[in-house]
Amino acid sequence: MTSAIEVRAVEKHFGNVSIIKDLNLSVSKGERHAIIGPNGAGKSTTFNLISGYIKPSSGEIRLNGDVISGLRPFEINRRGLSRSFQVTNVFARMTVWENVRCAVLWATGHRYAFWKNVDDLPEVRRRTAEILDDIHLSHRRDVPAGLLTYAEQRELEIGITIAGGANVIMLDEPTAGMSHAETERAVALIRRLTEGRTLVIVEHDMSVVFGLADRISVLVYGHIIASGTPEEIRANPKVKEAYLGEEAH
Amino acid sequence: MTSTVTSASDIAAKPSGQNLRFYGLWVVAAIALVALPLIFSSGGSLTSFSLIGIAIIFALSYNILLGETGLLSFGHAVHYGLGGFAAVHVMNAVTAHGWPIPLPLIPLLGGIGGLVFALLIGWVMTRRAGTVFAMISLGIGELVASSSLILRSVFGGESGISTDRTALPHIFGWTFGPQIQVYYLIAFWVLVSAIAMYALTRTPLGRICNAVRDNPGRVEFIGYDPHVVRYLAYCFAGFFAGIAGGLAAINFEIANSAYLGAVQSGMVLFATFIGGASYFFGPILGAILVTYLQLGLTSVTSVWQLYFGIIFIGIVMFAPGGIAGLVMMHRPLIRARTLGMVIPSYLVAALPTLALACGVILVIETVARYAVTGGEGNIVKLLGIPFNTTAPATWAIAAVLVIGGFIVARITWRRIAGAWDRAAGIARDRGYLA
Repeated sequence: MTSAIEVRAVEKHFGNVSIIKDLNLSVSKGERHAIIGPNGAGKSTTFNLISGYIKPSSGEIRLNGDVISGLRPFEINRRGLSRSFQVTNVFARMTVWENVRCAVLWATGHRYAFWKNVDDLPEVRRRTAEILDDIHLSHRRDVPAGLLTYAEQRELEIGITIAGGANVIMLDEPTAGMSHAETERAVALIRRLTEGRTLVIVEHDMSVVFGLADRISVLVYGHIIASGTPEEIRANPKVKEAYLGEEAH
Repeated sequence: MTSTVTSASDIAAKPSGQNLRFYGLWVVAAIALVALPLIFSSGGSLTSFSLIGIAIIFALSYNILLGETGLLSFGHAVHYGLGGFAAVHVMNAVTAHGWPIPLPLIPLLGGIGGLVFALLIGWVMTRRAGTVFAMISLGIGELVASSSLILRSVFGGESGISTDRTALPHIFGWTFGPQIQVYYLIAFWVLVSAIAMYALTRTPLGRICNAVRDNPGRVEFIGYDPHVVRYLAYCFAGFFAGIAGGLAAINFEIANSAYLGAVQSGMVLFATFIGGASYFFGPILGAILVTYLQLGLTSVTSVWQLYFGIIFIGIVMFAPGGIAGLVMMHRPLIRARTLGMVIPSYLVAALPTLALACGVILVIETVARYAVTGGEGNIVKLLGIPFNTTAPATWAIAAVLVIGGFIVARITWRRIAGAWDRAAGIARDRGYLA
């Protein structure tokens, strides 16, 4: 069986500075995979490389067996990979409803259509309403996204990410800046919404990571030093030294 | 929040009543367009209405770029002008060859002229948004405007290319000689274009244009290429600008280089911004106001452009949402029934603000007359009162109006702000966004 995501020998350098060195990562279909590592380890860069935001200097990235390295973000998205952002990245002047609906349009095949009334597309309406229900923002549907609370914006961010129905979902620190209660809610939401899909998540909160992930990869200085189940990672001496050990003090 | 808990099926249902209101609005607009010349039937007002109609289409087409897609163009008149030239050339060819194309279809061909040029240059122009797009649009605008003076066979040089709208095949006995017939032709195209451009905002492409405006980076991660979205928006804007240009060519029976120059591009930006780019009807208000001012002020004062500048700066600084933004600010207050709390403060502020405005106008006019003719025996008439520009009394009155008006007006403006905060606060408490 082919992996959902397969990263092989990917390198990324800006000028002389090497950010990612010989990155190898394999995420199986249906797996919930967390990437952890200290600040500046290259977690967000890894996300940016896989989602096409930046191009790798060398190496190869495959999505469901097809090479996607070098493609533009929208081409990768159309192949079934969708990502969220660490800083909230929504359509601020549009309503919550419009935000989610925009994310549904391509996947429902309406593309750049300028001959259809967007309000007369039953499938779009239905899916948008479902997503809003899923992210508990139905009662806020007519509010401009820029006026939502921080936690609501984070939920909308997740909603936009999953709305297109991509089978590979990548979430970049979805619970960053959330209170404990909000985090719990968000984790339950993520668990439910990514059911049956492949999830790659970057997260700092270890309780989230160990509670959610089937497998964990530890990234240090642009290199994955360990990859395995939560138990294996917990027991790995290299990880303890590089990462968890620091946290214990 | 006032809204009760809604289920997915509830909000998936199409809001009823919205359609009726929507069609009703267009029917009212159509009736108004038909009835206008019956109420104001003088030749002058027919000419004004015709120009306003053309300006409305032009400004709405500009707003496809500015308000809908977030593209600031300094060269939109290129498509307006090329539409005008396309219309003139087609009209002359139709007359020369006796083709069976009646005049009412000519604006469509003007639109195609605008569209073709947009298709050609749009792909390169829309590669980037923001400053890059603005600068390229400025460059293209200057390029086309200057080549219009060089390529004489196509653009007719300084004098332009003239045509005769009555020489085309007549339908239903309409010769389009009288201005009233031209008015109805323009009114028809205003209605059709406005409906089409509104409909465009309600399509998947129109919604994604808004998304590109708000956050082009994010659009790439929901499957869309922002470059393609901007390009399509640019083509539509070029098409409708071409229709406006074609109508102008019919109205004036000439197309010349002034159609596609920077002044024309500036005017449409001005009208759209003053009217308010955030709302569909904003550019309509802006086009009406700017055309009306242009026609009215030029006959009253020699420094009318100065007033335009002052209005523009005032809007940019104090009402960035334009007139439409000012109007729509009051919607939550109307819904929450707290509008009555701010109206008295408006009325109180009206008098000193008016005094201030009169003072400023008096200063501008006096200085302008004085600078132009040395003030020799010049009389400025303001509100029917004659003022001698050389008399010290005039200067004293102006100073009192400006300084006194400003001091009093500032107090009343603060009262408006206070009343507004209270009214908006109550509206917010009652669950209406403000």
